[in-house]
Amino acid sequence: MDYTLLFVQVLNGLQLGLLLFLVASGLTLVFGILDFVNLAHGSIYMIGAFIGASLTLLLGNFLLAVLIAVPLTGVLGYLIERFVARQLYDKDHLDHVLGTFGLILVLDTSAHIIWGPAGITVPLPAWLDGQVALFTGVVFPTFRLLIISVGLAVAAGLFWLVNYTKLGMLIRAGASNRTMVSALGIDIQTLFALVFALGAMLAGLAGMLIAPITTASIGMGGQIIITAFVVIIIGGIGSMKGAFIGAIIIGLIDTLGRSFLDQLFELFMSESAAETAAPAVSAMMIYILMAIILAVKPQGLFPPKVR
Amino acid sequence: MGKMTVVSWVTLFGMVLLAVLPPLFLMNGQAFYMDLATRLVILGIAAVSLNLILGFGGMVSFGHAAFIGLGAYAVGIPAHHATWGGFDLIASYNGFLHLGLAISISALFALITGAISLRTKGVYFIMITMAFGQMAFFLFQSLDVYNGDDGLTIDVRSEFPLINLDEPLQLYILSYVSLVGVMLLVRMIVNSRFGMVLQGAKGNNERMLTLGYNTYFYRLTAYVISGAMCGYAGFLLGNFTTFISPDMMHWTRSGELMFMVILGGASTLFGPVLGSSVFILVEEILSSFTIFWHLPFGLMLIGLVLFIRGGLMGLFKSKGR
Amino acid sequence: MIPLLQVAKLRKSFGGVVATDDVSLDVIKGEIHAIIGPNGAGKTTLISQLSGALAPDSGAVTLNGVDITFKPAHTRARLGITRSFQITSLVMEMSVLDNVALAVQARDGSSFRFIKPARSITHIRDKARDFLHQVGMHGRADDPTSALSHGEHRQMEIAIALASEAELMLLDEPMAGLGPTESQMLTEFLQGLKGSRTILLIEHDMDAVFALADRISVLVYGKVIATGTPDEIRNNRDVRNAYLGDE
Repeated sequence: MDYTLLFVQVLNGLQLGLLLFLVASGLTLVFGILDFVNLAHGSIYMIGAFIGASLTLLLGNFLLAVLIAVPLTGVLGYLIERFVARQLYDKDHLDHVLGTFGLILVLDTSAHIIWGPAGITVPLPAWLDGQVALFTGVVFPTFRLLIISVGLAVAAGLFWLVNYTKLGMLIRAGASNRTMVSALGIDIQTLFALVFALGAMLAGLAGMLIAPITTASIGMGGQIIITAFVVIIIGGIGSMKGAFIGAIIIGLIDTLGRSFLDQLFELFMSESAAETAAPAVSAMMIYILMAIILAVKPQGLFPPKVR
Repeated sequence: MGKMTVVSWVTLFGMVLLAVLPPLFLMNGQAFYMDLATRLVILGIAAVSLNLILGFGGMVSFGHAAFIGLGAYAVGIPAHHATWGGFDLIASYNGFLHLGLAISISALFALITGAISLRTKGVYFIMITMAFGQMAFFLFQSLDVYNGDDGLTIDVRSEFPLINLDEPLQLYILSYVSLVGVMLLVRMIVNSRFGMVLQGAKGNNERMLTLGYNTYFYRLTAYVISGAMCGYAGFLLGNFTTFISPDMMHWTRSGELMFMVILGGASTLFGPVLGSSVFILVEEILSSFTIFWHLPFGLMLIGLVLFIRGGLMGLFKSKGR
Repeated sequence: MIPLLQVAKLRKSFGGVVATDDVSLDVIKGEIHAIIGPNGAGKTTLISQLSGALAPDSGAVTLNGVDITFKPAHTRARLGITRSFQITSLVMEMSVLDNVALAVQARDGSSFRFIKPARSITHIRDKARDFLHQVGMHGRADDPTSALSHGEHRQMEIAIALASEAELMLLDEPMAGLGPTESQMLTEFLQGLKGSRTILLIEHDMDAVFALADRISVLVYGKVIATGTPDEIRNNRDVRNAYLGDE
């Protein structure tokens, strides 16, 4: 086996995992505090990517564009909370799902109207566009390293938030419990709006970070949302630690499966059979993993305390 | 039969309309409307099957489109091999083989995924069924033998004695009769002792456990029946469109199916059919005006959730019952 | 003589709080055994462990000599335990008769039957009507459950417990939220069941408890501090200090 390739693919898996964490953390935050299922979270990720892409083209500076675009997706999240989500809190999860499914149609079509049907390619500044030599013979794209660093930094920030702040206390308590929240002297409406906006910013940031690699496109939200769901199901819905560990596991398994499963299969089957089977199995692998974990722990690896 | 309520009149009227109108359009040479009606009736079957578990069983399955896809590929794959060779075991145009495969594979998929999903509840169940549906989508997308993403064209429809599915009218009659059959089947199940337990578990699972019912197996059974029925709808859809692709299984398709059930009215017999009819007609009308028809459609969906309780059938129900 | 239900050293804690602290008691066939105790004494937690809704940390529960400590709720129901709920737990979407019929149906062979309409199976429906009649609710059989008053819901709970024909009925505060006349009627009704049914009764209404119970166990902070006849309990110094005294 080629160990250099393995090392690079582990880094790629880590990068995918941290990107997934950015999306999944917002989902789990919103569900944990607001008890709200937001299918449209993937659309916010997509719109974040488009806003970032437009601003990059306009300003000619990727980093500046991201700095402006992140708060803008926060505003979008606030508006969604204010006009749609807030009306749905009192209803059941089925209504959340249907309402936010409608929201997906609205947001995706709006993106289609504003940015057109084709994707937008995002240019990177030269210093981010190259590769760095990690050690002799191993090079890795600079930008992917940046995604890993940003992902880790955000994760650290969220862990501080969850473990050392008043907001974090509410998250850990698994509190969709309104009386408890108001007993702590916090205005619920503001808290909910802030949490929603924070989740939106995280998703938007993820979209902006991936756009230079994949281009910003309309379908991107629908793809990542399911994987993000798998992440939080595995981790335990509402758990930040679960989202992080689940995201890293999924990122690694998916990336490594896609690149090495055929070689693994060739050990015990013919080359042609392996070439047919490997893509099919690697496409299903994260779902099979999810099924196995749920068969053992129906509430995920880190189930929330009270629910 | 008790006395006819408004709801049963609406049901009867709707079913008569579906029986009479499309053949009239066809005789007038308006084949387009016949096509529309066939699609509507087939998706109606899928929606009725989903309603068995969603409306009557309280199981919010977000992966039902997978069964439609499995049913359709049960037609497409044997036909593909019959045309192009390979996989001799199933290479055939025989309709009974296709039908048998569609139902048994859907039932098996429902049994396996249901056994795992039903260990969980609430949001977990919604997301897991969604993920399993998406698993089927990615599986067929990765199968290059069957053109992956690009899908399969069915050159020869399922062959049956006496009926010829190449004839639009015959295909429509088969679909319509199937719809009636599926509705009667669901009605029978719901009213049976099994159905009472299923509905009891939806309303109050803990109570049913205390009475001695192991509700897990009741739910799983309903899930398998529903999956098999939906696979049957897929079998019809494959024969209708003669083109199948993983897109039929995408999670947004499952969302649309769920939307149809809720729009028409969950846990009513005719609601899912009404829902699929209105859904497809509105889609048809809006998309003739603008390519951006998803925008008003999405707003409509949000409005439905916020303002209409019990779906369209709810409007026909008197307040008392 | 083997008691119908034997509870031995049952223990359950939530985090640091011990809700059931080595509880031991037994219920003899045909008796009404009441459990009393102040709020938060762990009465409902105890019932939940007996009915199978909660698993204990340690200890054992045996029914007719069969160990059921870790059997799921639906298996216990098949073995002959039923419970009523302190907070009314009915299928609100169904009619009153349907609710009771489901309890009768549970005792009438397999429910994996798909053909015959359940509402046309006369022997089940008649039996269910009969149980409604016993609790004086036959007039409301066809009304939707959600339309009934709180008192009527409590009566339904009793009808369902009766209909399940369990050997042992666990009644969790059947009088909760009832007015004095309603409580009086229910007490008389339960009195009528004496001898034909075995009942483990949790109740706050002391008049009812002392009128009904053959034996009483007193639960304080998760511990049984005394078990005895109503007279013994009334005169027990510990009980007076811990509980009855402050009335």
